[in-house]
Amino acid sequence: MATTKDLWVFIETNSNGTPKNVGLELLNPGRRLADEQGGKLVAVVIAQDVSIAAKAAGDYGADCVLTVEGPEYENYSTDAYTAVFAYLIKKHEPLTLMIGATGNGRDLAPRISCRVETGLTADCTELSIDEQTGCIAWTRPAFGGNIMATILCTQHTPQMGTVRPGVFKRPQLVPREAEIIKESFAFDPNDIRTRVVEVLAEVTEKVDLEGAEIIVSGGRGLGDAVGFNLIRSFAKSIGATVGSSRAAVEAGWIAHAHQVGQTGKAVSPRIYIACGISGAAQHLAGMSSSETVIAINSDPDAMIFSIADYGVVGDLYKILPILQEEFRSKLTV
Amino acid sequence: MNILVCVKQVPNTQEISIDPETNTLIREGVESIVNLYDGYALEAAARLKDTDKDIKIYVLCMGPPQAETALRECLSLSADVAYLATDRAFAGSDTLATSLILSQSIKWIEGHEGIKFDAIFCGKQAIDGDTAQVGPQIAEALGLPQVTYGYTCECKGDELHILKETEEGKELVAVKFPCLATFTKPSFEPRMVSAKRRFAAKKMEIKHITAEDLEGIDRTKIGLKGSPTRVKKSFVPQARKSGTIFRGEEQEQSARELAKLLVENGLIVSIGEGG
Repeated sequence: MATTKDLWVFIETNSNGTPKNVGLELLNPGRRLADEQGGKLVAVVIAQDVSIAAKAAGDYGADCVLTVEGPEYENYSTDAYTAVFAYLIKKHEPLTLMIGATGNGRDLAPRISCRVETGLTADCTELSIDEQTGCIAWTRPAFGGNIMATILCTQHTPQMGTVRPGVFKRPQLVPREAEIIKESFAFDPNDIRTRVVEVLAEVTEKVDLEGAEIIVSGGRGLGDAVGFNLIRSFAKSIGATVGSSRAAVEAGWIAHAHQVGQTGKAVSPRIYIACGISGAAQHLAGMSSSETVIAINSDPDAMIFSIADYGVVGDLYKILPILQEEFRSKLTV
Repeated sequence: MNILVCVKQVPNTQEISIDPETNTLIREGVESIVNLYDGYALEAAARLKDTDKDIKIYVLCMGPPQAETALRECLSLSADVAYLATDRAFAGSDTLATSLILSQSIKWIEGHEGIKFDAIFCGKQAIDGDTAQVGPQIAEALGLPQVTYGYTCECKGDELHILKETEEGKELVAVKFPCLATFTKPSFEPRMVSAKRRFAAKKMEIKHITAEDLEGIDRTKIGLKGSPTRVKKSFVPQARKSGTIFRGEEQEQSARELAKLLVENGLIVSIGEGG
């Protein structure tokens, strides 16, 4: 069992050493939970060069940054990263470990949980402390977003969970010096059992839905792929990022990188505009924490209207151009 | 060459809805299906077999006796041999306990059949739990290397080459046999069941594995009691309240009213390029 009350957050890095958003986002709930449990908030950085991510982790509120540096950690590998975590956990015995639910995070977390024999809860969207046990109450959607389950891990440590990118906002940036603890742990590159043969560069635009302030999403109601031209032009006019429903992605109208929902991205923008999206539970699971939801749909009974703050029942092909025209006339001086 | 595909029988979550009166899941009439992603894993194995007839495909499922239906579906599609790990002692297992049962079952099948598996394929996640944990946990329990989020794969000498999804696009990753791979939705649809295979599958034996068979398994680490995580409560997500919805027949008027409201309430504050 853990001898500390410390809460660890994995700050996943890109191969150039910059931190991915999700790790910094996790420092936000991490701060609150660590304070409530009376432990330190510890960021874990594993990279070829840890300096940038370690600095960022401190600036975003970590009390302490645990670093492991080496050329073998330039790119993520299941074998090396699992070994590092198993070593660190055994040595420092944290109470809690949170990992961003990125592709790599979801590859790594179950592997660690099995190696150190502890419980893991995937894709959490709410985090709190269970009053009865003092453990983390990990809340996550299941059954395609139809129900939420709150899960506890009371007899094993570290209590582990992954959290989807975009669920939490980054904490306030306060430049400061966190305590840096350098750990040396070398992993023989010959023991990394997977080898990247080829990176197939996809010519996809970078879609930052998680960081977007306004999102305009299109769904089945667009009717065809060409409909996204209207969505794109409308989005551009109000400085929004383009999202989509699963139906539109599965129809092949737009790339998966744009998908919002249970099997896409979780987003919490200031404004979410759903165009021709019915509002299936799995879509709502990814966007219902948006501050303001605006829905446009021709079906008056569409589920999306029951959760929308504003909406128009009607043809989005008529309505979007009018909105755009009205915004321009009201906002152009 | 022997490939084992792990499959789970799941309710078709796309058909699930919530009873607004009781706030509970309506399960009646919801069909049980082979988890979609496990179907993609099976298809990946079948495509390897298409090019090498010496490949034998085994399927393993943990679940109640009625999960035999899912295994028969796999036999109708492309699997050669099916095993069901079924025991009351397994019920209520979380992902870690499940991976322990499945990894021990895999070892048991290897002993029973006198074979070694060259590859273990899983779906990237199940559509009911959506955890994506059991595949990597089985790999860890068996000490195998893993590649997750595969689309397709190919045998190249003593390696399996897997085209996988990454956040930036795609990567081709090589891993030596034996290994474990998980699969996501590829760009093609898996094969359909043939009438001939379905007929043959009806008569095929599905071997059961019970807790007693798994001699080495630590009984304190399986089932509901042996699981490190437990569900404290489940609930229907709190519905956001509905706000101002313009439902009138004059769509153009509605759109103008909405625009006015959004600007007045400070929601849309600037208009840029293209506006």
